[in-house]
Amino acid sequence: MTRERLAPWAAYCIVGAGALIMLAPFYFMFVFATQSRANIFNLPPPLWFGDDLLANLKILTERLPFWRNLGWSLYVALASTALTLLFCSMGGYAFALMEFRFKKALFTLVMATMLLPSFMSMIPTFMIMDALGWIDQHRALYIPGAASAFGIFLMRQFAATAVPKELVEAARMDGCGEFAIYWRIVLPLLKPALGTLGLITFIASWNNFIGPLIVMRSLDNYTLPLALRTLQSPVNTEWGALMTGSAIATIPLLILFAVSSRQLIAGLTAGAVK
Amino acid sequence: MRWPAFLRLSPRWAPYVFISPFLLLFAVFGVFPLLFSLYLAFQSWEPTSGLDAMEYVGLANFAFALEDEWFWKSLKNTAWLALASGVPQHLVAIPLAVFIHTSFKRLRDGVIGAYFLPYITSTVAIAIMFSSLFSTDFGLVNAGLQALFGIDNIDWLGKPENIKPAIAFIVFWRYIGFNMVLYLAALQTIPKDLYEAATMDGAGRLQQFFHITLPSLKPMIFFGVTLSVIGGLQLFEEPFILTGGKGGADQSAMTSAVYLYRMAFDFNDFGGASAMSWLLFVVVALMTWLTNRAFRPRGQS
Repeated sequence: MTRERLAPWAAYCIVGAGALIMLAPFYFMFVFATQSRANIFNLPPPLWFGDDLLANLKILTERLPFWRNLGWSLYVALASTALTLLFCSMGGYAFALMEFRFKKALFTLVMATMLLPSFMSMIPTFMIMDALGWIDQHRALYIPGAASAFGIFLMRQFAATAVPKELVEAARMDGCGEFAIYWRIVLPLLKPALGTLGLITFIASWNNFIGPLIVMRSLDNYTLPLALRTLQSPVNTEWGALMTGSAIATIPLLILFAVSSRQLIAGLTAGAVK
Repeated sequence: MRWPAFLRLSPRWAPYVFISPFLLLFAVFGVFPLLFSLYLAFQSWEPTSGLDAMEYVGLANFAFALEDEWFWKSLKNTAWLALASGVPQHLVAIPLAVFIHTSFKRLRDGVIGAYFLPYITSTVAIAIMFSSLFSTDFGLVNAGLQALFGIDNIDWLGKPENIKPAIAFIVFWRYIGFNMVLYLAALQTIPKDLYEAATMDGAGRLQQFFHITLPSLKPMIFFGVTLSVIGGLQLFEEPFILTGGKGGADQSAMTSAVYLYRMAFDFNDFGGASAMSWLLFVVVALMTWLTNRAFRPRGQS
């Protein structure tokens, strides 16, 4: 098959240049993490790594309870992922394979909330957390998210196609209890979707800024994005330390991405191309 | 493991047990607060004075918002940013996806990864990074511009007219990979024989692109653009971080979401902010509906 092709090297060049632009900020984030503030704000700016990493770390941990913040980010992300996977898989399984009253109406309602702009919940979230006494508590971060409309949508779509109804019926007729059916038959079949949803939830929770911004109050309880932001100030930003903190905050994501990018992308697009 | 009979879940009740955790959370943290905010929109309330300080004011909050200079300004800023970051995203993502689809076999995963990476990283870390890159005297953007094009240092973050393009670029940078991935997935569903037949009929590459590729991508374009519109209208983190939470010189970078936040948490006007959020909701719904009409697949009505 002969097809006119744009000379391959032109395509490679353009795409390659674009990829470099995509990656450049990350590169410089790591470079700046190893440079002192004086070096970063210097002419010409540093293009290669320096040796101020340890000094920056020192400033970082002096200004912030950095490792605590990191720990909180991890804790909230893991709790969020676990809860979301549990509740959304249970709910998705029910919506896909069980019959109950108002099923259609409920699902439509849940889907409708996906269209709501995120800022609609800024004030309501604060108010309910205040009413519950959950301000400055981490459960305010990982509990509400477990009712993710996107999560239950993903789970339901997947369960509908991946779990044969006959299998469930057969197990039921064999006397298998409902929860056992869920735990031993349905859940293993949902693994790919669980993986994708788990990744998405973890990443979203790790990066979440506006949630903690609204509910968290004390520096000791901040998650990473919020903590890093406090280092910003109109006059005295500790850029070296800030870059080091940002770089450390990004590393877990880079690792996760390196390991799972194909599944993540495939899972996301599977929902889109329908 | 067999549960004792009285604990075992009967198939009749199972569905309700399985959906109740989700529904409970959804009702408590999703539906109820939303309805309460609708109620609040008609009250005047400063949360620090306690619950009984609420005072019914009818449509006063809505009227105030509609007359508020900052409300309209932030709306304009939001629309500008949504367009300036959204349109290039798709204009560039489609040809990029086509390039990668046709020309990249070996390095494909790496390239896709490079473009997708910005999407998954923390907006805060990135915004902080870019605020240093866009620094007037020492930032790499200006250094690069000077080295490549001889342009004098631009005050990106200080001057009202410059900060919007800077933010638009950051948002563009963040989402271009995401959209590219969407289009790549869609491109893979286009049957190759369409192109082969066209080539045999003598159609050139550009013609094939406009007559086969683009029409086949229409559903995905619709999906992607809808996401960009909805996302663009909610922009919060980039403007917030780059302007220290205030909205920039002359409020030039204050998006609606940022103004909403300020109204509620800086100015403590919960009633006014609630009313504003519902007004904004109407705007977003309108824009989504308009996008729907513009891209509606032919043959449906």
